[in-house]
Amino acid sequence: MKRVAPPGVERSRWRDLDRLLLRSGNLVGPGFEPGEEVKEILHDMLHVLVIGAGGLGCELLKDLALTGFKKIDVIDMDTIDVSNLNRQFLFRMKDVGKSKATVAAERVMQRVHGVSVTPHFCRIEDKPPEFYQAFHIIVLGLDSVEARSWINGVVCGFLEYEDDGSVKQETIKPMVDGGTEGFKGHSRVIIPSVTPCFQCTMWLFPPQTKFPLCTLAETPRSAAHCIEWAHLIQWGQVRGAEVFDADVPEHMKWIYEQAVARAELFNIPGVTLQHTQGVVKNIIPAIPSTNAIVAASCALETLKMATMCSTGMSNYMMYMGAAGIYTHTVAYEKDPECIVCSAGVPVAIEESTTLEELMQQLCAQFPEKLATPSVSFQGCNLYMRGIFEEETRPNLAKRIIDLMEGATSGVLIVNDKKLHGPLRIQLSINAAQAMQT
Amino acid sequence: MIKLFSVKFYCYCADKCVFLYAYDRDALLTLQEKQKEDAAVANGTAKAKQSPGELRLQKDISELNLARTTSIRFPNGKDKLLQFEVSISPDEGYHKGGSFVFSFDVSPSYPHEAPKVKCMTKVYHPNIDLDGNVCLNILREDWKPVLSINSIIYGLQFLFMDPNPDDPLNRDAADVLQKDPRTFAANVRRSMQGGVVGGVHFPSCI
Repeated sequence: MKRVAPPGVERSRWRDLDRLLLRSGNLVGPGFEPGEEVKEILHDMLHVLVIGAGGLGCELLKDLALTGFKKIDVIDMDTIDVSNLNRQFLFRMKDVGKSKATVAAERVMQRVHGVSVTPHFCRIEDKPPEFYQAFHIIVLGLDSVEARSWINGVVCGFLEYEDDGSVKQETIKPMVDGGTEGFKGHSRVIIPSVTPCFQCTMWLFPPQTKFPLCTLAETPRSAAHCIEWAHLIQWGQVRGAEVFDADVPEHMKWIYEQAVARAELFNIPGVTLQHTQGVVKNIIPAIPSTNAIVAASCALETLKMATMCSTGMSNYMMYMGAAGIYTHTVAYEKDPECIVCSAGVPVAIEESTTLEELMQQLCAQFPEKLATPSVSFQGCNLYMRGIFEEETRPNLAKRIIDLMEGATSGVLIVNDKKLHGPLRIQLSINAAQAMQT
Repeated sequence: MIKLFSVKFYCYCADKCVFLYAYDRDALLTLQEKQKEDAAVANGTAKAKQSPGELRLQKDISELNLARTTSIRFPNGKDKLLQFEVSISPDEGYHKGGSFVFSFDVSPSYPHEAPKVKCMTKVYHPNIDLDGNVCLNILREDWKPVLSINSIIYGLQFLFMDPNPDDPLNRDAADVLQKDPRTFAANVRRSMQGGVVGGVHFPSCI
């Protein structure tokens, strides 16, 4: 059914947005020009990608669509589970088993007139970098460090640099990230090369709590110990080579039954199927209101970024709902030596320079940092000390330009015992002058 | 006449205004077209980005300091470091003379996460069960990103020098070691020679 908005509705519909976009104010960002043009750009031109169509993703899609973003893509590899329905409000009982991205896109288009949402039912790794390049802003509603780390690598990989080492600003792809865990949540703005990337602040993510295997095997004291025992030890002993898959109900039920038997043996209460799923999948119960608060903050930052109707958040907001409604915002700093987003040190060489000569040049240039370097380019180890020394030694006499397959610029990764982490070298090769003279 | 207008795309960071994009409507369209063209050109040629885990592993592996009793093997070559095997042949302790292979599976978020290590050789040892699970604190609860592949290999060597019967993963082996170290030593030798201990057959690993 095609629905056409009656005249006048369109105008009143964006009444709240008009207050922000059609007039100036003391909080607006630099260069903000109020007027219909900003609205037009927001509605018709800006293309945003939402990664994840789960608890946060549903909220984000709804918020962004109602904020006036009309070109939205959404990507999620998951299908709808009955346990999602309490908070992932775009889904209904009849949708169970279908793609989250597909159903979410359809539902948002049904409810918000004029918005176009394109779903992608696949893993984020299945899309090439060019896919992500095509969006103006990427909004993340993810639940894992791995997925964040992956997209962070892709987006930081877009950065290109001028000859003086400064970043080419059109290669900056901004991201807005939301995350929730029970009553806690965060939202943050990531402008690669300007604000810290995920890798810069990896320490913000606490490591998963892991129990010692021998405790699990010998002296379980909690329901979680019994469940982890069934998952990590008993599965391998009884079901051998069969690969455990947390998404197969029979596998989960088996783990649950084994854990119950073990808990009875040690007189430990509290093993339930729900707890088993929680421990095995490392799930902390999701609180719908936390998702709503964090997504709202993310959508607002996306709007600010897109229109400059207000200056943006700087750069990390933390919400702790169990302690109260107070939120605080911290301006974290970039790690100047970040192995993912830092520009690296600009180094220029001649076309004739060999790998060995480059290494000598680097050691002379950074005597306090390098003594016995190893060098790699785009995942290929050009020269490596240790067990691959002999294998990579022939590369020492080769020209860099040949090792880089003809590229005249690129990032080399240099490792050295003297360094804490890898050193990024922004290499540029001066083309030979001889041809012209 | 078409009115040209410009919207500037800025963001604020640490009180510093950073210019992101300035475009007018036409320029934005051009930018989108250009990106599509770039994408078409780049299609298929773009190299996969290396994960932070791989970058860090390059450092760990180039700085490996292996003892004579240890060797390492990368089945996928020098540019695919995430999976490898470490072989330990203790020259002292109960397991002297045997050779034990451990598989390492390193995640892209290493060193945020510890590598997954399993013993591929069936071994009679209080801290390694018959499925190859290894009870070594730094592999699980005490892992820290400052540790390295070298630290794990030291840890594994230490397991052979000083088996710990107080935190067992193989209860039978631990009980024997605690009550009667000489029987334990004999059991270890029999297992390494391809014999049967406690009804379990161990393939020879000498």
